[in-house]
Amino acid sequence: MFLRFFYTLRDVGIPVSPTSFLTLHKALSLNLIASLDDLYTTARMVLVKSEKYFDLYDQVFSHVFAGTELVDVDEEALELLADSMLNEWLQDPVGLADALGVDREKLSTMSPEEVLEYFKKRLKDQDSRHDGGSKWIGTGGVSPVGHGGKHPGGLRVGGVSRNRSALKVAGERRYRNYSATGPLTTNTMGEALKKLRNMVPRGPKDTLNVDETIRETIRKGGEIDLVFEPRVVDRLKVILLIDNGGWSMEPHVELVQTLFNYAKSEFKDLKIYFFHNTIYDLVWEDPGRYKKAVPLSEFIKNDPETRCIVVGDASMAPYELMSADGSIYAFERSGKPSIEQLKFLSEYFDHSVWLNPISAQHWPYTHTIKVIGSIFPMFELSLDGLERAVNHLMGR
Amino acid sequence: MEISAFTGSKKYVLDQELAKIVNISMALEMPLLLKGEPGTGKTMLAHAIADTLRMELIILNVKSSMKLIEALYQYDTLTRLNDSRFGDSTRDVGNISDYIKMGKIGQSFVSDKRCVLLIDEIDKAETEFQDDMLDVLDQMQFDIMETDAVVRAKNRPVIIITSNAKKDLSDPFLGRCNFHHIAFPDQKMMRKILAVHFTDISESLVENALRTFFSLRDVDGIEKKPATRELINWVRALQADPDFSDGGRLKKEIPYLGVLFKKSTDYLKATSHLMTKKFF
Repeated sequence: MFLRFFYTLRDVGIPVSPTSFLTLHKALSLNLIASLDDLYTTARMVLVKSEKYFDLYDQVFSHVFAGTELVDVDEEALELLADSMLNEWLQDPVGLADALGVDREKLSTMSPEEVLEYFKKRLKDQDSRHDGGSKWIGTGGVSPVGHGGKHPGGLRVGGVSRNRSALKVAGERRYRNYSATGPLTTNTMGEALKKLRNMVPRGPKDTLNVDETIRETIRKGGEIDLVFEPRVVDRLKVILLIDNGGWSMEPHVELVQTLFNYAKSEFKDLKIYFFHNTIYDLVWEDPGRYKKAVPLSEFIKNDPETRCIVVGDASMAPYELMSADGSIYAFERSGKPSIEQLKFLSEYFDHSVWLNPISAQHWPYTHTIKVIGSIFPMFELSLDGLERAVNHLMGR
Repeated sequence: MEISAFTGSKKYVLDQELAKIVNISMALEMPLLLKGEPGTGKTMLAHAIADTLRMELIILNVKSSMKLIEALYQYDTLTRLNDSRFGDSTRDVGNISDYIKMGKIGQSFVSDKRCVLLIDEIDKAETEFQDDMLDVLDQMQFDIMETDAVVRAKNRPVIIITSNAKKDLSDPFLGRCNFHHIAFPDQKMMRKILAVHFTDISESLVENALRTFFSLRDVDGIEKKPATRELINWVRALQADPDFSDGGRLKKEIPYLGVLFKKSTDYLKATSHLMTKKFF
C-alpha cells in the first residue's frame, strides 16, 4: 500500500526509511487513520523527520493523492543558473556572448544586475524540457548552452545525467549539500584530524581520583578522604568555512564532503558556514547560501581560541579579492574588499588555516592563491597537508 | 486500547493536528519528538497531556554533561561508605540495592501507573547519550550493573522529547521517534492562546497588543525573539496599567519593553527601532 507514495518521497530526496514506512502501516492496521487528513498528519509525523522537508512532503502528498503537478524548477534554480552564467560572463565575456549568440557589445554595456535579469529572462523562456533542439538550454542538443551539446564554444551546465533537464541538474547545485552523508572515502583523514583536541578539566568534581584518594587516606592515617576532580573533556571549538560555490570547486566536492562529514561527527562544538569564492560581508549557515546569512562582523562573538578552518580553492579573478565591490552579489556592498575581511579573520582567530583542495604544485600559477596564502597559512587538502595544518592549529 | 484520547487542557490551546499526532504517537507506543523555536509550547504540551490524562509527569531536564546512567539510576557509594563507617541508618550496608536510586527514566519505568515522561531539550546532550537512551526506551528495560538486576517498565510511559534544534539529531535517533515541528503560533492562534489565559480582557487590548507584538518580533537583528511566555507576561502588565488596559495608547508608545526583550542588545535595538518609527 502506498508504495508509490513511499518511492516518490524518496525520489524527491526525503530520507524515508523502510522501518518508518512499516510504522505507518502499523498505524494503518491499528485503525488510527480514518481520513485523508489523518493520513497526511500521520504519514508526515512518522516518515518525515525534519521540518526542512515539510514543504517537499506537501508537494509529494498532493501529487500522489490529489494528482497535482510536481514542480521541478523553481525561481531559485533559475536565479542560481543566471548567477553562475553571470559569473562565467565576468570571467570570459567573449566566450559566453558567443555561446549565447548575443551581441557582446550589447552585453558589455549592461550592468551586472541587468545582465543577471537578461540571463534569467532567457532561461525562463524555456518552459519545457528540451532535448536535442537548437535554441535553448537542454541536453544533448546543438544549442551552445547546456550539457552534452555539440557547439564548440558551449557552456557546460553541470551534471553527468543525460536524461534530465539541464535546469534541474543546475537546480541541484543550489541545494548541493555537503552535509548529505557521502561515504567516508578516506578513513585516514579522520586519523589526521584526531589530533585536533583541546582537553581541559571542566564541570563538576565528580570523578574519583583513586591515586590521590589513597595518598590522602594514608596521610590521614586510615581516615578515608575521597578526592574528586572534574573530568577532562574536549572543549575544542571549530569554525569551518566552506567555499561551496562556483564551478572551480566542483571537482573537489567529494574531498570536501569527506572532511565535512568527519568534522560533523567528531567535533563537539562546530560551526559551519558557506561562502562563494571568497568572503565578503556575509557567510551563510545553509549550503544554499540564501536563507541564513551571518554578517562577518558577528564573528567577534566567538572565542578567539576557536580554530578557524577555511576550505576553498582561493582561485578567483583578482578584482573579486581586491576591489571594494568585488562581490558578484549586489547586496554585499559594504565597501570592504574581501582581502580586508580575510585579514580580519586571520587576525582575530589565533589559530586559523586555509585548506586548499588544489594540489600545492599548482599554487604559484594563481595570483589570488599567493595573496591569500600570505594572509592565511595555506595547506593542501591532502593527508599530508591536513597533518601539517593540524600541527599548526594546535601549535602555541 | 484503554488510552483515553487527548483533547487539550485548560491552559493549553491545542490545534487539531497536534492532538492527532499526540494520540497516534501514544497508540504506536513511540516517543514523540517535538521541535520548534523556544516559546512554542513544546514543554507545555507535555504538562497538558499529563494534566488531561491524569498521569504523573516526570521531567528529565537534559544537560550537556549528562551521562545516560544518571538518567537511569544512581548508585550512592558515598552514603554506603558513610553507613559502613558509622552504621547508624536503617539501610542494610550489605545490600547494594538499598543504595540504588532511580533516575528520571528509571522512575518512569518503576512507576505503578502509566506516566508521562518528558525529556526536555535533548539536543543539549551528546550524540552517544541520545542513541543509548533510545535503546533503553526502545526495549523498555535497562540493567543495573552493580546488582545485575534488570529494570523493566511496568507501564510504557508516554514519552515526549523536545529539541530546540541547536544540533542535528542523529539518524538512528530520528528513526525511532515520531516527529513534529511546532511552528510559531500565528495571530489567530495567539488570540486563542490569550483568550485561554485572560478571561476578562478588552478586545481592543488584544487587538493592539498582538499587532505590536508581531511587529516587534520582526525587528531586524533581534537575537532572542519574544515568545508566547513573554507576550502573556506583557499583556498581564498592560492590563494592570490603567493607562494601557484598553490598548488604545499602544499606537503611540510601547511600555514595559523589558518584559518582551530579555537581552540588553535586543532591548536597545527594539527601543531604537521604536524611536526611528516615531520620528519618520
